[in-house]
Amino acid sequence: MKELRYDAVVIGGGAAGMAAALELDGAGLSCAIVEREENLGGILVQCIHNGFGLIEFNEELSGPEFAERFEDRVRGTGIKPYVGTTVMDIDVSGGDKLLYCYSAEYGILRMSCRAIVLAMGCRERNRGNIRIPGSRPAGVYTAGLAQRLVNIEGYIPGKDIVIVGSGDIGLIMARRMSWVGCKVHAVVEILPYPSGLTRNIVQCLHDFSIPLYLSHLTTNIVGKDRVEGVEITPLENGALMTEKAFTIACDTVLLSVGLVPENELSKQVGVEMNPMTNGPSVDSRLMTNVSGVFACGNVLHVHDLVDYVVEEARRAGAFAALWLKGERAKLEVRVKAGSNVRYVAPGRVDAEADNKIYLRTLIVKNDATLEVRVNNRVIKSVKKTHIQPSEMITVSLGAKDLAAAAGSPDPVVEIAIS
Amino acid sequence: MGETSGKGSCDGYDVAIIGAGVSGANIARRLSAYELDVVLLDKEADVSFGTSKANSGIVHGGFHHNRKYLKSRLEIQGAMMFDRLALELDFPFRRCGIVVAALHDDEMLAIDQLYRQGVENGVIGIEMCSRERMLGLEPKLSPDTVGGLWAPGGGIVEPYRFAFSLVESAVKNGARVLTGFAVERAERSGERWTVGASDGRAVSASYVVNAAGLFADEVSRIFGAEEYRIRARKGEYYLLDRLTKARPDRVVFPVPTSVSKGMLVIPTVEGTVLLGPTAESIEDKTDLSTTRSELEKILGSARTMIPSISETDVITSFAGLRPTLGEDFYIDISAKAPGFIQVAGIQSPGLTASPAIGEYVKDLLKKAGLRLVEKGDYDPYVEKRPHMKDVDHFAADGLVKKDPAYGNMVCRCERVSEAEIVAAVRAGHTTLDGIKYFTRAQMGRCQGGFCTYKIIKIVMRETGLGWDEITKRGDASRILKDTL
Repeated sequence: MKELRYDAVVIGGGAAGMAAALELDGAGLSCAIVEREENLGGILVQCIHNGFGLIEFNEELSGPEFAERFEDRVRGTGIKPYVGTTVMDIDVSGGDKLLYCYSAEYGILRMSCRAIVLAMGCRERNRGNIRIPGSRPAGVYTAGLAQRLVNIEGYIPGKDIVIVGSGDIGLIMARRMSWVGCKVHAVVEILPYPSGLTRNIVQCLHDFSIPLYLSHLTTNIVGKDRVEGVEITPLENGALMTEKAFTIACDTVLLSVGLVPENELSKQVGVEMNPMTNGPSVDSRLMTNVSGVFACGNVLHVHDLVDYVVEEARRAGAFAALWLKGERAKLEVRVKAGSNVRYVAPGRVDAEADNKIYLRTLIVKNDATLEVRVNNRVIKSVKKTHIQPSEMITVSLGAKDLAAAAGSPDPVVEIAIS
Repeated sequence: MGETSGKGSCDGYDVAIIGAGVSGANIARRLSAYELDVVLLDKEADVSFGTSKANSGIVHGGFHHNRKYLKSRLEIQGAMMFDRLALELDFPFRRCGIVVAALHDDEMLAIDQLYRQGVENGVIGIEMCSRERMLGLEPKLSPDTVGGLWAPGGGIVEPYRFAFSLVESAVKNGARVLTGFAVERAERSGERWTVGASDGRAVSASYVVNAAGLFADEVSRIFGAEEYRIRARKGEYYLLDRLTKARPDRVVFPVPTSVSKGMLVIPTVEGTVLLGPTAESIEDKTDLSTTRSELEKILGSARTMIPSISETDVITSFAGLRPTLGEDFYIDISAKAPGFIQVAGIQSPGLTASPAIGEYVKDLLKKAGLRLVEKGDYDPYVEKRPHMKDVDHFAADGLVKKDPAYGNMVCRCERVSEAEIVAAVRAGHTTLDGIKYFTRAQMGRCQGGFCTYKIIKIVMRETGLGWDEITKRGDASRILKDTL
């Protein structure tokens, strides 16, 4: 077993992990990235479509291009990337944190460090999670697995496709499968509105005349050895209209039914979770309840743009660096999700610093108003031309905005949408 | 599992066993201790792909059935054989004990009857329990529990791993396995049977054992033996993530009804939780689909016993089929077809009874005239294979130094390394399902979302199979349709 020592270890070498590590390295700290796949870049490497980097680089890049820019930066630093290496166990019981990592190339590694940045990303929800009944033939895949098979491995998993769920990966794959000569018969969404970004609905479905069935439930998968069809049933006022059910013949079902932050390691070290995000509960400095353990990117909450991921991850890396240098948050104030807000992340702000909050709404609305209140007094009001659950909203709150909170004995910040 | 050859490749055998589920596998393994040429035939792409792969995985407690039934006697005998088998065959097995929870005072009458039956059956350690005793034995039980039954000898087992190990042991001792062998015809000439498959292959044998599960009736007909009808009764299950807070320490049974032992909460021996099975008679013996209406019953029923069960912990659902034929097992020498042994209607407690079925059928064959001479070099042990999820970091270090592939974690959810996948392929499991049952890769919370493409690549590399030959479970279940 090889013993290694770093100031900080970043778990996950996707966009979040690389961005956080670059901040730590920039602050003069020693840092390693542990990545279980064979290369850095995370899920970006299979996202060969464009649309990445509009905020970060002010230009439109493909996923691999976006990843490459960060990889190039990592390569120019002292950051040690361990790829093909899986963190199996973390021990935070002693003074230093110990990570046991398994790798074919490096063997078994025991890394000790003072700070950990969790950046493991998320996984796709699968058929079992949404409990679609029916048979269990070949041909039922998550959209991300299909994306991997097509874009990296060069295989086409099926020819006649129904996509369940209108998440972004599903929409992207609807277009991708059409481009490689497959027939995408339908995208089926249980909700009355799409789960993916509007731009993807337009560019991936409308442009290819792929029907989108909103308020429809996939009620059965048929086929003995290989998928032969799916049964789809309309929902009206929440009730299944079984008499209106219909079947679409297909050989493949791709699932794009949501992403779940992958927090098994976090839970193992005792990190408290936020049931609304399925990610860790963190303070204004993106630190979990376990001292010195930070979280960012899709492991904290599922983002819609990688640009937001790296923005958040840079802050996590910088906060971890400050923590390592002994600096702590000054005045922590709780942030509450008010009416029509599903969640806010992080759940705390530092009333004496500049903060960035990410949130998701529960409603679809044009001309909405977002209000930030401290102890029921409005301190900030922002007009939004259009909001929907699939589009993340960001709010900046500076020390000036939060002066009222700094002065009150038991302050609560609440963010509400109307 | 392609074609596994132990001894020579002669097509003449002393005994041919049709069906490589736990019954057939136990019979084959038992017979492999004698100087006999044995062949195990199965129509599926791998062994254990029928009823044996989708059931509750329980070694029963011996109190559910009256001793007047053969199935009860074999259950009690079989249950006692598991400790030694697990030692020899290295499959996951643990005696975690069984509780039967009564939720109303009137159910205590049934508990009393089960207890008396258990005592009459000679079940060791069986106990009638107060509410406090029950909650002490299983703290996750509902506070509504009024009392119940405790059978400490009950246990949990991975049924497919059990079958794989039995077959491996039989092959090690000279038996031969032919998969994809769907018996279609049988002819008797002289003292021998010739058994033909739908693909044209044929074997001959002096004795034939019909352990064909759901299709034992069809096989019996092919051999001109007794006419009977196996009916399929479907059982649907939910599987919960190993991180669920609702995992009990014991197998939790409800008070049984007249038709079924009821829906259980099972802490599987490998760490997940199984809920089910439902019980529904169906016509199509290949219908393994789950249904909304049946699945809905499971969570409700399971929650009455363990209220903390949550649907958010569900990682998959599946169905298995019980091959039912009247009240009891039908294991006997055929009165119509010579040298033909019937092993039919092996529903619950078939898995528990299966080691005893092996013994029983061995004795029937002897009675029917088969000469049994013990092998001098019989080796009951199979090779123990390490599992990365079960070893500590120091043992892992040793393994990785020997073979770096142990360090490459292919399945993150169930912690399965590349070396374990390779071992599965080399043991003959080349379908994605076969690898899943052998290694647990694809069986965890992501259900193969991350590891499927890696496993496909390893199978292709190890076997030389083309992309279009990779299947989920053989034949038409191809995974990929084309290349770019």
